[in-house]
Amino acid sequence: MLPSTPSPQTLSQKIIARASGNEYVSPGEIVTCQLDMVLMHDSSGPRRIKSRLEALGAKVWDPSKVVLVSDHFVPATDPESAEILALTRQWAQDQHIGHFYDMQGICHVMLPQQGHLKPGMFLVGGDSHSPTGGAFGTFMVGIGATEMTGVLATGEIWIKVPETIRIDWDGVLPDGCSAKDIMLFLCAKLGMNNNYKVMEFGGSTIRAMSMYERMVMCNMSAELGGKTGIIEADTTTTQWITDTGASVDNSLLNWTSDTNCHYEARYRFDASVLVPQVAAPHSPENTHPVDTFAHIPVHQAYIGACTGAKLSDLHMAARVLKGRTVSKGTRLLIAPASVKTTNAATKDGTLEILTDAGAIILPTGCGACAGMGAGAIANGENCISSTSRNFKGRMGSPDSSVYLGSPYTVAASAVMGKIADPRPLLTPGTQEI
Amino acid sequence: MTALCGKAWVYGDKIDTDLLAPGPYMKAPLTELASHCLEAIDKDFAHQVAKGDVLVAGDAFGIGSSREQAAQVLVELGVSAVVAKSFARIFYRNALNLGLPVLFCPALANVEKGDIVSVDPVSGSVVNQTKAQSFQCEPIPEELMKIVNAGGLMPFLKGRFTPQ
Ligand code: SF4
Repeated sequence: MLPSTPSPQTLSQKIIARASGNEYVSPGEIVTCQLDMVLMHDSSGPRRIKSRLEALGAKVWDPSKVVLVSDHFVPATDPESAEILALTRQWAQDQHIGHFYDMQGICHVMLPQQGHLKPGMFLVGGDSHSPTGGAFGTFMVGIGATEMTGVLATGEIWIKVPETIRIDWDGVLPDGCSAKDIMLFLCAKLGMNNNYKVMEFGGSTIRAMSMYERMVMCNMSAELGGKTGIIEADTTTTQWITDTGASVDNSLLNWTSDTNCHYEARYRFDASVLVPQVAAPHSPENTHPVDTFAHIPVHQAYIGACTGAKLSDLHMAARVLKGRTVSKGTRLLIAPASVKTTNAATKDGTLEILTDAGAIILPTGCGACAGMGAGAIANGENCISSTSRNFKGRMGSPDSSVYLGSPYTVAASAVMGKIADPRPLLTPGTQEI
Repeated sequence: MTALCGKAWVYGDKIDTDLLAPGPYMKAPLTELASHCLEAIDKDFAHQVAKGDVLVAGDAFGIGSSREQAAQVLVELGVSAVVAKSFARIFYRNALNLGLPVLFCPALANVEKGDIVSVDPVSGSVVNQTKAQSFQCEPIPEELMKIVNAGGLMPFLKGRFTPQ
């Protein structure tokens, strides 16, 4: 049951109020919240917090509430990364961490895939794309390693109650467009400096989206500079949770913003007029319709990351690549977001379509997205990528150029050998993302 | 805390975490990672920055990943404070948690590389001594200054636990 509130609140306010033991919280107020769950990975996790916790003389406040995922340095490519992974494993065992996923997938995908997220939860993650969890009606923010140490030791964190910006999308997305295009469009429209604000997404377009696509919306709230992203729960949310085998009760559907709650700003967009979008180097903000970049040759096309390599993303790529081949002189690398994704894509025939087209399948993990694994790019090369960021040097040489696009656009560009509009290349059929 | 003072290093908007702590060196020890700080836009910075120097920047300083090393390399290189128009929130929290004073200062203008700048995080006063100009910034909230004064969140929390 939600507490009765003296005045209307946004979904984020309600969750923060519940987690801080208040009936009502107002934007700007600093409150201390109890954590329902904490997410960490191998890069920002044990290797950085173990010695600090020891120095404090503190233990993990509740190991059953910790989800630890090795995804950044996997599989080990050298002795240093092997050591980091070994340390992570050992720490998980020593601390009796409740949920440890070793090379099973990218943390933001593992969390919902394993049924850990439920509407109304208050979480932090040791990663900047932690807002992804907001797709499930949770309030989830990213924090750094020192703060994570404090959180693990105490089970609580101070937070300034944020203002919420409501962004509604209505209408049917044209075939060949996806949540990724929406978010790139928003990066150009709203800029990347929406600091400390929650981006609450709604409208008929969002309601019609799968959970995978909603995850992209919240994931890239980080690129808008927001504190987090959030989407109110509905039956699509509860169906996902039921499918993971976790329990669901009807009260979960009550985690919505009150009518007449205060939004700092409201935006409305028409999805039906969207065209595929591409972000040019070196910022997601440099987004324009795909045609603007149609002449640019592509050396590497990359489908990967928590943002762009889930099952729905592989399905999008397959709709373009079916019966086609990757252009000579271009390499298409695909790193599925989790082992379960690879498994499902094998069973439903998607993987065969991708490899028939000449795609190279890389290990599951963050990989080239963070410039840590296979798939780095050389000086002077252009890469088009389904990841979320194209900061200078992120995927390899500082003198390389990374363009961002949807999995449709990345696949189409791989086929054409240059940045290309995917719409003429789509195999007929309904968009099922 | 006494005023922090040093040469200014001046950068623009959106200095991101990948510029501060480049991914390819993230596995390396902190000193090595620090030697690559900002190299994609300024090859001299990491080698010429001196203890006490102050970073001056535009909007969204520290945007990008949650990697704490983005703030830690600045501490390692001796930077005494960062003054920017605005900060990405994870970077802001990381910096204070590591004891690095970071101040919002939309009013700050006219600072050039090498100017001697002093910063008082408690009053929020920033003085460009070279040009004899002073600016009022947002002071760091008192609650958070306790963390900065302790040298960061770890030393601050120490009292709450009995060391083993
Ligand atoms: S896939 Fe990329 S964006 Fe996602 S968690 Fe890994 S490094 Fe971050």
